[in-house]
Amino acid sequence: MEYHFQLVQQLKEKIGADSILREEKSNWNPNEYILTVRAADIRKICEFLKKQKGFLWMMDICGVHYPEREENFEAVYHLYNKDNNKRIRLKVPHKEGTKIPSITSVYKAANWFEREAYDMMGIFFEGHPSLTRILCHHKFVGHPLRKNYSATANQVLDAPEVFEFPPMPPPHNDHEDILTNQRTVLNIGPSHPATHGTFRWFVELEGETIIRSKAEIGYLHRCFEKMAETHKYQQLLPYTDRLNYLSAPMNNSGYCQAVERMLGVTIPLRAQYIRVILNELSRVIDHLVCIGTTAVDMGALTTFWFCFRQRENVYELFEKLCGNRMLTSITRIGGVYGDLDEDWKRQCRGVLVTLRETVEEVDKLLSNNKIWLNRMKDTGVVSKEMAVDYAFTGPCGRASGIDYDIRKAEPYYDYDKFDFDVPVSTDGDNFARYYLRLEEMRQSIRIVEQALNKLPDGPTTISNPLVVLPPKSEVYSNIEALMNHFMLVIEGIKPPKGEIYSYSEAANGELGFYIVSDGTGYPYRVKVRPPCFPIYSSFEDVVQGGLIADAVATLGQFNVIAGELDR
Amino acid sequence: MKTLTPLEQLPLFTTQIKAFINWTRKNALWPLPFGTACCGIEYMAVVGSHYDVSRFGAEVVRFSPRQADLLIVAGTITEKMAPVLRQVYEQMPEPKWVLSMGVCASSGGFYRAYHTVQGIESIVPVDIYVPGCPPTPEAVIQGIMKLQEKIAKGDTPSQRLLEKKKMAERSSDQVQSVAQGDSH
Ligand code: SF4
Repeated sequence: MEYHFQLVQQLKEKIGADSILREEKSNWNPNEYILTVRAADIRKICEFLKKQKGFLWMMDICGVHYPEREENFEAVYHLYNKDNNKRIRLKVPHKEGTKIPSITSVYKAANWFEREAYDMMGIFFEGHPSLTRILCHHKFVGHPLRKNYSATANQVLDAPEVFEFPPMPPPHNDHEDILTNQRTVLNIGPSHPATHGTFRWFVELEGETIIRSKAEIGYLHRCFEKMAETHKYQQLLPYTDRLNYLSAPMNNSGYCQAVERMLGVTIPLRAQYIRVILNELSRVIDHLVCIGTTAVDMGALTTFWFCFRQRENVYELFEKLCGNRMLTSITRIGGVYGDLDEDWKRQCRGVLVTLRETVEEVDKLLSNNKIWLNRMKDTGVVSKEMAVDYAFTGPCGRASGIDYDIRKAEPYYDYDKFDFDVPVSTDGDNFARYYLRLEEMRQSIRIVEQALNKLPDGPTTISNPLVVLPPKSEVYSNIEALMNHFMLVIEGIKPPKGEIYSYSEAANGELGFYIVSDGTGYPYRVKVRPPCFPIYSSFEDVVQGGLIADAVATLGQFNVIAGELDR
Repeated sequence: MKTLTPLEQLPLFTTQIKAFINWTRKNALWPLPFGTACCGIEYMAVVGSHYDVSRFGAEVVRFSPRQADLLIVAGTITEKMAPVLRQVYEQMPEPKWVLSMGVCASSGGFYRAYHTVQGIESIVPVDIYVPGCPPTPEAVIQGIMKLQEKIAKGDTPSQRLLEKKKMAERSSDQVQSVAQGDSH
């Protein structure tokens, strides 16, 4: 509270007393403060917070539409200070059409986030280098996340967008080689194996060196956030699976955690442990797929078979538990669905043994492999400063020297009771990312082992009738339970009015959910902070000056998942 | 004097050229995986070591449309992606088939949304739909086998179209040769 008070005082002194319109406390997070500020001052405030107060991370920007208010739009910024683990949420209410100063000059990560807010909500940022659409196609008319845009109003596109780089003076070398003394413009993707089927790059090459590049995304924009507004809280759960589909249980648990924090409920210890087990297992398979597919892109097919064989084993475990292999929808708001029996635990222990073997096998196959080393070492280098500026979190951030893991910084689900290490590297190249993932898998396996051993007894869901459905046996025999079931299905879970930014450590980094509730069974607004969105926004900068083949390795090791990138 | 071997003792069998060609087509499908989302990952499992689609002769995955004859659309197709899908389909040589994997590709799935195509039928003609979200690898393999049955019968639109074209060419050839004969 002291800190908060001082901060607001300083802000008022520096920027002006009337720039801060309102101060609030977060209702669940003691480290988070919410300030409502004047639109014209946002850049100055961000500059001050970054330079003087150490809020180096710009985690997220989004817009919210309140048609019934006088100032009918709100831009919301989330800033983070790693040194003292404080967060600030800045809310900028404004009237439609107001131009808000862009903060791209302060935080590089703001570039794509502001474009997204413009695309989705029609918020204008003054001073943004190129405020164009990012997720919807270029001929789209209107702003789909506004409340008056119908969720079913499709707009058909006839032809893909054609890019052109602004002209640039020709290269200055009089090299004999025709390939190096003239520029080539190349379009790669979106249907290209190296771009994982959904990204498009447009590059200008001198020989094989990338001079300029443009990354286009949005080819898998399937409107998660609009779907969130048209479904109830429970119904949204299967949609969250499809964000990062390589590690679905983590999205499930991140989303449920956000709603639970909103409701103010704590799930039983057994449910927490089950979530830990599923999360860490999915972290392992996520990393395995990441390494396996990068290896395929580099031409090392064997590793891919090794990784995918193991992944099948884990999928069998998931299937046994909930019936689906990949998109599990295993958690429920208020706990988890299903329970681990002895048989499952035994099988899981067996899988852990083979998983560990596979990790070592992959290590042996790749880590000393000359070709692999040549392709991965010193390519796609991201310095620590750059990583911070682009709000890197997760393995990519840790590979660049950012010692930040939410499981350690703000332990949830009893993560503080487990014995595990968080690997950090300072190299920042593709090899560091790969090697760090290997180590993270070993640590995750350790966590699962401990969780299996310590798994406490007890229920797997809370028994709050306003949150969790009663057991089926009750529903069929007891009128109370039947009515309870009926009400919950028809009306839905109703978190209290308010908003929350909840975050957890997913396979790619900080997965944040910003949820605004208006007290009904439907979320008013859900904004996902996908961990790979800001990471991928640095791509154009990272690959510049490198070879085009290295860009493929970089994309693989950034582990960009289109589902969560485009939502 | 040599005695002729009776026909049934020879290692021979009789068939129609057409049936033979269809048989070869069905057992050498070269798929192009148009994997955009979660289904694309599951398609990797179909090709992967455990399910191994090469047992059914459809494992030579090609990412160039000019080398493929089976387009597997695995994943959600958005409005932004639709023209790309169309272009890829058009670049494939005849005869060609389309397998729609998963409910997203088949009908938009549970994404009834402003940027999701509600079924790829509006962009490319589909031969086989495989339901599921994602379909299990077994289901995809079954889909491929069903398609193979259809191909063996010569019963797909693409094959029929090819047949028609050939007939048209042949008759126009005949007309031409008759016309040439007249002029002599
Ligand atoms: S059908 Fe399901 S699994 Fe397949 S792409 Fe759509 S959402 Fe993903």
